[in-house]
Amino acid sequence: MIDIPDLIGLLNYWVVIVLMMSGFYVVIAQGNLIKKIVGLNIFQVSVFVFYISMGKIEGGSAPILDDAIEIYSNPLPHVLILTAIVVGVATTALALALVVRINAAYGTIEEDEIQAIEHEEEDVAC
Amino acid sequence: MLTSDPWLILLVVVPLLAAPVCVLLRNATAAWAVALVVSWSIFGIAVKLLIQVLEQGEVFYRIGGWDAPWGIEYKLDPLGAFVVVIIATIGAVVIPYAKKSVENEIQKERIYLFYTMMLLCISGLLGITVTGDAFNLFVFLEISSLSSYVLISMGQDRRALTAAYRYLIMGTIGATFYIIGVGLMYQMTGSLNFADLSTIMPAIADTRTVLAALAFLTVGISLKLALFPLHMWLPNAYTFAPSAVTAFLAATATKVSLYVLLRIFFTVFGEVDLFATFPLQPVLIGMALAGMFLASLSAIWQENLKRMMAYSSVAQIGYMVLGVALATEAGLAGGIIHLFNHALVKGTAFLAIGAIIYSTGAVTLRDLRGVGKSMPLLMAAFIVAGLGLIGVPLTAGFVSKWQLVTATLEADMWPLAALILLSSLLAVIYVWRIFEVAYLRDSHLAPVKIIKKLPLSMLIPTWILALASLYFGTHATLTMDIAHTAARQLMGGM
Amino acid sequence: MISAYLSQAAVIQLTLILPLLGGLMVWALGERNRNLREAASLITAILEFVLVASLTSDVLDGGRPSVDMLEMFPGLMLTLTVEPLGQLFALIASGLWIVNTVYSIGYMRGNKELHQTRFYVCFTLAISSAIGIAYSGNILTMFVFYEVLTLSTYPLVTHSGRPEAIKGGRVYLGILMATSIGFLFLAMLWTYNITGTLDFQSGGILADKVHGPELAVLLFLYVFGIGKAAMMPVHRWLPAAMVAPTPVSALLHAVAVVKAGVFAVVKVIVYIFGLDLLVDARADDWLILVAAFTIISASIIALRQDNLKRRLAYSTISQLSYVILGAAILAPISVAGAAMHMAAHAFGKITLFFAAGAIYTAAHKTKVSELDGIGRTMPFTMGAFAIGALSMIGLPPTAGFISKWYILSGALETSNALVILVIIASTLLNAAYFLPIIYVAFFKEPQKRHKNAPHYEFENHGEAPWPMVLALCFTALGTIVLFFYPEVPLALGQALVGD
Repeated sequence: MIDIPDLIGLLNYWVVIVLMMSGFYVVIAQGNLIKKIVGLNIFQVSVFVFYISMGKIEGGSAPILDDAIEIYSNPLPHVLILTAIVVGVATTALALALVVRINAAYGTIEEDEIQAIEHEEEDVAC
Repeated sequence: MLTSDPWLILLVVVPLLAAPVCVLLRNATAAWAVALVVSWSIFGIAVKLLIQVLEQGEVFYRIGGWDAPWGIEYKLDPLGAFVVVIIATIGAVVIPYAKKSVENEIQKERIYLFYTMMLLCISGLLGITVTGDAFNLFVFLEISSLSSYVLISMGQDRRALTAAYRYLIMGTIGATFYIIGVGLMYQMTGSLNFADLSTIMPAIADTRTVLAALAFLTVGISLKLALFPLHMWLPNAYTFAPSAVTAFLAATATKVSLYVLLRIFFTVFGEVDLFATFPLQPVLIGMALAGMFLASLSAIWQENLKRMMAYSSVAQIGYMVLGVALATEAGLAGGIIHLFNHALVKGTAFLAIGAIIYSTGAVTLRDLRGVGKSMPLLMAAFIVAGLGLIGVPLTAGFVSKWQLVTATLEADMWPLAALILLSSLLAVIYVWRIFEVAYLRDSHLAPVKIIKKLPLSMLIPTWILALASLYFGTHATLTMDIAHTAARQLMGGM
Repeated sequence: MISAYLSQAAVIQLTLILPLLGGLMVWALGERNRNLREAASLITAILEFVLVASLTSDVLDGGRPSVDMLEMFPGLMLTLTVEPLGQLFALIASGLWIVNTVYSIGYMRGNKELHQTRFYVCFTLAISSAIGIAYSGNILTMFVFYEVLTLSTYPLVTHSGRPEAIKGGRVYLGILMATSIGFLFLAMLWTYNITGTLDFQSGGILADKVHGPELAVLLFLYVFGIGKAAMMPVHRWLPAAMVAPTPVSALLHAVAVVKAGVFAVVKVIVYIFGLDLLVDARADDWLILVAAFTIISASIIALRQDNLKRRLAYSTISQLSYVILGAAILAPISVAGAAMHMAAHAFGKITLFFAAGAIYTAAHKTKVSELDGIGRTMPFTMGAFAIGALSMIGLPPTAGFISKWYILSGALETSNALVILVIIASTLLNAAYFLPIIYVAFFKEPQKRHKNAPHYEFENHGEAPWPMVLALCFTALGTIVLFFYPEVPLALGQALVGD
């Protein structure tokens, strides 16, 4: 039996999993190198959401030290994700730079076309 | 408790700070000099730390003076110190070698970037090894990965670009899997410190969240480790990367990933009877065996030397994982000692291939005709490496095989022992294909032309690693003792 | 005499190092100083024999000098120990190396072979590792040098670099590596796992530790793991290696390689299993059967070979199994006979190969059917060949008679009818494939080659170059001398089972 309140209570996880899987699917299924990067970003962002939502405590306030506040949300996952976002940006930048170079070298950013060119090269080499 | 030891943090900080210096210098030779000084001083620090760890026990450093588990703690145990020495050694050997090799393979105005990335990569790999914090490890993992994508894309062939791109996609998926796993564990424990995690873990080990965390961590690291069948990125990346990069990555990157796997299995889950709780052993052994046989078979059919050795690496990773999967002290020691020995052997092989490329431009097997005659000293080193891959006595490979087979026999798994030996016979075939072309076949035809004389700065590093593999093949007591100490500690017997 | 200047441990280590130093000299001198290079080879060989021989008297007096070279694994040394059987093997190998060097000089120059420096260097490596096997104090040491021997003889087998040589080399390396890595290595580690030691000890180390079928399996792994002993069905590498130059064949068949194989088998049976253990468990009945089968079937195959060297190769396979048989009977007297047979076969077979090489060098003939009347133009060569053949058959006055006598005595002692039958049958077979060669060589009219036939220029040949003839006469003489003075090999053989 599906427990409806549980389902709603786990909403953040549903969002995370849907994002994660669609991102993952795009990375695998798309032949366009740029779209793959988009997919990769969605995949990573799902993890960011996962961490951030994990730190939230019901009724908790922003973690600013003040005598009036009793319950804080956990700031640590947020800080971690700040780092992870930086890493993600760096990865995306590097990936895009690589795609620019690939486009210059092959004249295309479609994976199947690149593979065809590479196969041809290998046949010539052998 | 020991106080903080600043040498530990220097290991990571020195190359990390030297990297931007190289960018500012914008000069190939100056950048090389910086990298050389850094890599050699790191080697010195690494050896010092290894001796210290073996004599006095673990070394700590607490970042910002915060105590663990709140602050990030760096910690070096025998296993970590051993891996640090491997990375530092390979770095110290590859940097001098790289000078001529890189001048030959990379455009002059980009060379300083090469050394920048090299230093970042070294820093990242060392950071992974010394850190005691799961998230910090992710950061270093990405530092080393991003710099290695750049390094690979610097290869001459345009296929280097696509290889780097593919590695980037796979590597990022692997790293993201890793943080998902870390996140799930954090959710359950509220801690990121390995030592702290290991004390909390027994209470929650049988929850589904932990099972999912373990699965994500294992798959993510296996991607970086190139464990069969997650190795698809590796052959092209190793084939098209600049020779010095291939040698460096082949000898260190996958080894460090194995180290992470060991940390997770035997430190984080150290207090849990991991292999009894989760069905890990049959899966790992199955993948290891598949890698040993299928990758070796692929290696046999390769015409490109670098690709042949790359597939051989995938097979050798299978041996290491097999040792780990036995989950006995002897098995772990086998995996750890193979990690060291294979770094020496494969490092030698790739350095030698790089030297052949430098001198003759040859990369395929048939271009090697008569190289044994025209470059006798270099090919001799290559043959030493080849024999090491087979595991012939007196080479380092023999020591690994000895320990792995002993471990399987001790665990009463003699069919595995037979399979290990059988698969090492496949190595005979691909090594001998090279040997025959280099020395024997068509010996009446003119040997391949030497375009450029091989500089000593490339020959000597190759031979240093070859001699090290011979030395540790005949005097294995030291390495065996370290591997056993590390394994005993992982198994919790200290 | 030597012991006055050097400690015994130093002498033992020097027996391994000296050939390597010689090899280094040969390499340094190279093709440009070929006379000096050959002199260096020869002097090294002579010095080596003197060193090895100087250890003999001590071993006969019951001494077992031992030296640890290096610690390979924690608690496991690369150890050299001089014991009777090893001393016998070392004496044979180093003694025949001198003769073989003389012969090689004649052969390599006579046939204008390429890469002569590489040839001599690999030769010294092979000798060094053969001595290493002979003096090995534990299985690990034996295994290490066994593999080095395989690798160092590989360039010799493929010396010509022709496609058929590469193919032969593949079979050679493939079989020897596959068996040693697949079986011997496993057997070694299994033994270590059970006993915690790998030392060769008199009486064996496995007693009370292994039983029943396990024992038979372990023996199987050892016997077939030592592929150099050429027991069927792992014998194929030996005929395949026939593509090598003749001095290499002599090295393989007489001096080092196959001797290393049977030596290792005997050593494992005596020092690892121990005769008593095998007698009690009857674990080696199958070994006798396989050895008997190898003796008979290899002889039958030899009968049908027209290529002289191939015929000799199959003869070797059959003769090696005599040694295994002698050890497998497990009677002390037959084990001594097996040791003696190693010496007898070494001298006899090297003579036969030298003769085959001499015929090739002088007349460019390789087939038995071409040998009509060749005894008239090459009387010394064929005379020596006849003596070697008699020793193979086991007729007096040759050394082969004595060893066969001892093995047969052992069979009678244990009343093993099968073994007696096999020895008699194989003697007849040996006679059947050797005597016709001698007959046609001396009593048939020579066939003339057609003028346009290949190698016509060799039609009016005499004897081969003098170093070759000298060498083969010397070894033939040795075969006879061993018949009249078999004391040293026999004493060593008896010391092997006596203590």
